[in-house]
Amino acid sequence: MTKNIRQKPKLAVWKFASCDGCQLTLLDCEDELLDIVGAIDIAYFPEATRREVAGPYDLSLVEGSVTTAHDAERIQEIRRESTTLVSIGACATAGGIQALKNFTDVNEFISIVYANPAFIDTLEASTAISDHVEVDLELRGCPISKHQLMEVVDAYLHGRRPNTPNHSVCVECKLAGTSCVMVAQRIPCLGPVTQAGCGAICPAFNRGCFGCFGPSIDPNMESLREIWHRLGIEDPDLVRALRTFNAYAPEFKEASTAYDR
Amino acid sequence: MTDDNGLREINVDYLARVEGEGAMYLKLDGDEIIDLEFSIFEPPRFYEAFLRGRRHAEAPDITSRICGICPIAYQMSSINAMEFAAGAKVHPQIRALRRMLYCGEWVESHALHVYMLHAPDFLGYESAIELAEDLPEVVTNALRLKKLGNTVMTLLGGREIHPINMRVGGFYRTPTRKELDSLVEELEWALATSEATVRLVSGFDFPDFEMPYEFVALRHPDEYAITDGRIVSSEGLDIDVSEWPEHFEETHVERSNALHATLRERGTYHVGPMARFTLNHDNLTPRAEAVADEVGLECGERNPFKSIIVRSVELVLACEEILGLISSYERPPAPWIPVEPRSAVGHGASEAPRGILYHRYEIDDEGFIADARIVPPTSQNQRSIEEDLRQFVAPRTHIADDELKWQLEQAIRNYDPCISCATHFLDLTIDRVT
Repeated sequence: MTKNIRQKPKLAVWKFASCDGCQLTLLDCEDELLDIVGAIDIAYFPEATRREVAGPYDLSLVEGSVTTAHDAERIQEIRRESTTLVSIGACATAGGIQALKNFTDVNEFISIVYANPAFIDTLEASTAISDHVEVDLELRGCPISKHQLMEVVDAYLHGRRPNTPNHSVCVECKLAGTSCVMVAQRIPCLGPVTQAGCGAICPAFNRGCFGCFGPSIDPNMESLREIWHRLGIEDPDLVRALRTFNAYAPEFKEASTAYDR
Repeated sequence: MTDDNGLREINVDYLARVEGEGAMYLKLDGDEIIDLEFSIFEPPRFYEAFLRGRRHAEAPDITSRICGICPIAYQMSSINAMEFAAGAKVHPQIRALRRMLYCGEWVESHALHVYMLHAPDFLGYESAIELAEDLPEVVTNALRLKKLGNTVMTLLGGREIHPINMRVGGFYRTPTRKELDSLVEELEWALATSEATVRLVSGFDFPDFEMPYEFVALRHPDEYAITDGRIVSSEGLDIDVSEWPEHFEETHVERSNALHATLRERGTYHVGPMARFTLNHDNLTPRAEAVADEVGLECGERNPFKSIIVRSVELVLACEEILGLISSYERPPAPWIPVEPRSAVGHGASEAPRGILYHRYEIDDEGFIADARIVPPTSQNQRSIEEDLRQFVAPRTHIADDELKWQLEQAIRNYDPCISCATHFLDLTIDRVT
């Protein structure tokens, strides 16, 4: 047996405004977790350990969106400390559901939730990590897919590019042999404009896709709108469907803004 | 360390092994506590604001994003509220499926907390990763148990985090008997492993510490309440969920802790596994009751460090429940019933792994949400956590900083606090002490 004298790469997991679900995905890799810690040094991951190893870090996974001035500074520091930075999940890649505040006056939002708005420190907008720093890879999803996360870690360890397709959910339905819910059951579905990655779960449960992975490459929003109209779905419902976890992803934002008239 | 005035300060500026971003600050003058604060600096996300103007049926998918650890709790409480508002009643087998799915979330969340977040404190490890080096079989079993919870959630919910299958009125798709039967063998293993977990954790060393909590939990006449029930307390409160606003209040104060939930009459209360165990003790499943008796866990236990035993007993209970529900399962006639919204106020509560999660919605006559209130368990427990810390520190001020810091962290982790949940409405002073 040869002794591995190479130092294990250092992994850090960072959190911004989020639900913690995407970093939980790492702990949800129950079958792989012990192998992962065999290959990578978990140097900073407060959700899982008290242990903290100082930077720099070889691989940083960043969850959550930037919503405070303090966090806008913190992400700069993390970028400086990280050789490879991967943003994970809809919050980190598109601003998350909290980016719904970007469509309105944030002070109005504060006054709805808080009795004493003066105590609240928040920026006008909730923004993606890539709006602040250069990101080496974005992993989409609300939540991210366990399979894609493992692909990223594996690709990193082998020095190759991860295979994370940017085609639509429709392709995954075809691959899974799921018949089209929009054609067969007249259920409105965002699959044609949504990026693959989840494995097309919703159509397999007789439900239309609701856009967890954000826009696919070159989505034909007009065509989707036409089909939804034919199913009797009006623009206000389409606008709300586009305004969830990836509301501020550019293609969804532009379409929902155009149809919100 | 000491501050400029020679006073002793202990900071935990980023709490580990909890969900979300929290901190703790303690200032001592000799034996005297000058200041003690359990603070939350996770940024606000304004859910109650952007729920306004959404359709009633959208609440489950939107609110599940408050928490990646307990999404089913958010879906269930919001669905309860919407069905309450519309006066809808679902088929008993739909209710059974919800309970099964919810138990899956309990198994996943409790296995995560018991083994990976809390046990390392008792055994003196920084994390389950280091624990795995010395006790690999314990961590391997823990991961397998956790995975089973996720398997149940994936089968019934579509995926483990932010499941997609629950809806107002039922499910998008119900499982076949054959699909559920595929879980049985692993559940039998999990049941036995959970019993072993109870025996393992009850052998840990527990500090001599008790608090006079008022416990608050849901209660159901025939079962250990999880998906719904009345709200009861150890001081005699017994109300319908719709009476919540008359008995509980939330106040927004400065410092770290904004919206504190308190009982109007008596102030601080305690939700979570220990509250459930005491208030639903007569409804424990047979093997959960037997193993609790075997290790001497008593109804009314008030040592928060022993919550790890109670959580483990609930693991046994959840596995037994799923097995029982599978054996009596009959696929309901329809996966869901149409629920027509009407102008009404809906209240819903369920027992998230960490305690009661209450939702309230005002629905307008077109079925849109006009107002939303969400009260997660960690914000209800926040005062209780601070009171524990005060009582706990008082006789322990002689302990050296690093050790005291770790013990206080452990005292916070007794609650399995989910800061991401609490945060969507807590005020957060960012006070990172360097």
